[in-house]
Amino acid sequence: MRPISYSRAGDVAGAIATVASDPTSDFLAGGTTEVDLLRQNVMLPRRLVDINDLPLTQIEDRPDGGLYIGALARMSDVAEAPTVRERFPLIREALVLGASAQLRNMASMGGNMMQRTRCAYFRDAASPCNKREPGSGCSALDGFNRGHAVLGVSDHCIATHPSDVAVPLMALDARIHTEGPRGRRVYALDDFFPEPGDTPHLEHPVEHGELVVGIEVPGMPAARTSLYLKVRDRESYEFALASVAAVVPMTDGVIGDIRLALGGVATKPWRARRAERILRGAPAGREVFERAAFEELLPARATPLNAFKVELARRIMVRALETLTGTRSPS
Amino acid sequence: MSATRHPSRVAEAPVLPERGPGPVKVTLTVNGTEHALELEPRVSLLDALRERLHLTGAKKGCDQGTCGACTVWVDQRRTLSCLTLAITCEGREVTTVEGLAEDGELHAMQRAFIEQDAFQCGYCTPGQIMSAVALLEEGHASDDAEIREWMSGNICRCAAYPNIRAAVRAVRDQA
Ligand SMILES: Cc1cc2nc3c(=O)[nH]c(=O)nc-3n(C[C@H](O)[C@H](O)[C@H](O)COP(=O)(O)OP(=O)(O)OC[C@H]3O[C@@H](n4cnc5c(N)ncnc54)[C@H](O)[C@@H]3O)c2cc1C
Ligand code: SF4
Ligand code: FES
Ligand code: FES
Repeated sequence: MRPISYSRAGDVAGAIATVASDPTSDFLAGGTTEVDLLRQNVMLPRRLVDINDLPLTQIEDRPDGGLYIGALARMSDVAEAPTVRERFPLIREALVLGASAQLRNMASMGGNMMQRTRCAYFRDAASPCNKREPGSGCSALDGFNRGHAVLGVSDHCIATHPSDVAVPLMALDARIHTEGPRGRRVYALDDFFPEPGDTPHLEHPVEHGELVVGIEVPGMPAARTSLYLKVRDRESYEFALASVAAVVPMTDGVIGDIRLALGGVATKPWRARRAERILRGAPAGREVFERAAFEELLPARATPLNAFKVELARRIMVRALETLTGTRSPS
Repeated sequence: MSATRHPSRVAEAPVLPERGPGPVKVTLTVNGTEHALELEPRVSLLDALRERLHLTGAKKGCDQGTCGACTVWVDQRRTLSCLTLAITCEGREVTTVEGLAEDGELHAMQRAFIEQDAFQCGYCTPGQIMSAVALLEEGHASDDAEIREWMSGNICRCAAYPNIRAAVRAVRDQA
């Protein structure tokens, strides 16, 4: 691992000023991405600015019934918070199904939004990779790409977005609050995670030195009944092959303001808008669920190795919808 | 674009002083004892414990967060010492498996691991034990399914899992 220097920040302005002053500085939160990739020579900062002492650990109720989660709240603390358990079970489930108990104690919510892809070629500093080294090519296109994305892909990058909790946050229209050298900003989550296009190295709209300070989740009473379903190669301590976050409000058997998002299959936390359009206002039932899931995956672009994800994503969407609407036949 | 800008005070903030990249003085509190060390900021907590303090309980399995062999507690929370930089632990309390015994008496979990035959080669064991004690503290050991899920961050190459669960149950049921 290359040598680095270290500063510990005591206040937000100092942390930002320090990172902004030097293009080779990075923020350090839980370190579960940063230290890992530093050791792999994938991230090459000269200096780390430790932000763990900043007062950004709040998990607060908002007057609209929503939440505000500080960037340094740990995944484990957010998962255990009574208000999250009661009002946003899909957020809790996505958190406890991610990583391991130790990693969740370390990993911060802000760091989770900023984590990097698990694409093996990205993590191997010797392989060509457009995300790590713009213009060098994408080793995954013709490589081992079983875990890669089928939605939102481009000819330049097919890396899967790895976060679990970003999936329910996408379904709930969460917003990212930042503070940077040029002031405070608020981003819709959808804008915070652009598709790779021909610039896969640009993963977020933030500028260097811009600090994520918190995540705002708007109130949604229907989210009290919601779920996050995750399918993976082993039962625990593994990233998703496919996952779905769902909130399905119903009145007299008719679907209301439904929220559906997919993980593990796309280059960003994927809002299933095609499916939502078909389902909104429709009577709940297997047929319309299957049609919605089918339509959502129509734009999928798969490789021979990851083609199974198309069907897998459809099936877990149907399963989540049946479970939440109580139409699932016992099997 | 939904982003809106507000003014900030960042411009007036001073740039923080830098420590390193060469060795700097780092004070670590491990198992209740303070140690003054000269460490490069890049040194992991795991390497500081093993190579500098000769506390070799915590093991290096993968050095990338995927096995749990390096599990210790930082401020009483189970943590992977391979992905933690030692310098970030200044002002925090580190506990390793060497710190579990009291007055020469093994911790109940250590005894249960012996009684239940919960290890074979023993490489993962210090991490398993640190995780298992924390698991009971967290209240995530109500049944076998829960123990399995909340211990999944500790891989055992010898697959001693059933006996590890038996040890956890034994200590849970003593309480
Ligand atoms: C073995 C393993 C398994 C995992 N499994 C899962 C899983 O199943 N599901 C899942 O969702 N995740 C998983 N993760 C990823 C984990 O959740 C992320 O690594 C973690 O959330 C990152 O948070 P951190 O606080 O450790 O960030 P750090 O590693 O400290 O930082 C990550 C990046 O974000 C930047 N950064 C950190 N905080 C801020 C901030 N406030 N503002 C701006 N930039 C910031 C840092 O500079 C760095 O570049 C796994 C990780 C590992 C190592
Ligand atoms: S898929 Fe993306 S991250 Fe992976 S090698 Fe290709 S460009 Fe790099
Ligand atoms: S050595 Fe730390 S998790 Fe494997
Ligand atoms: S006892 Fe050998 S790895 Fe667990």
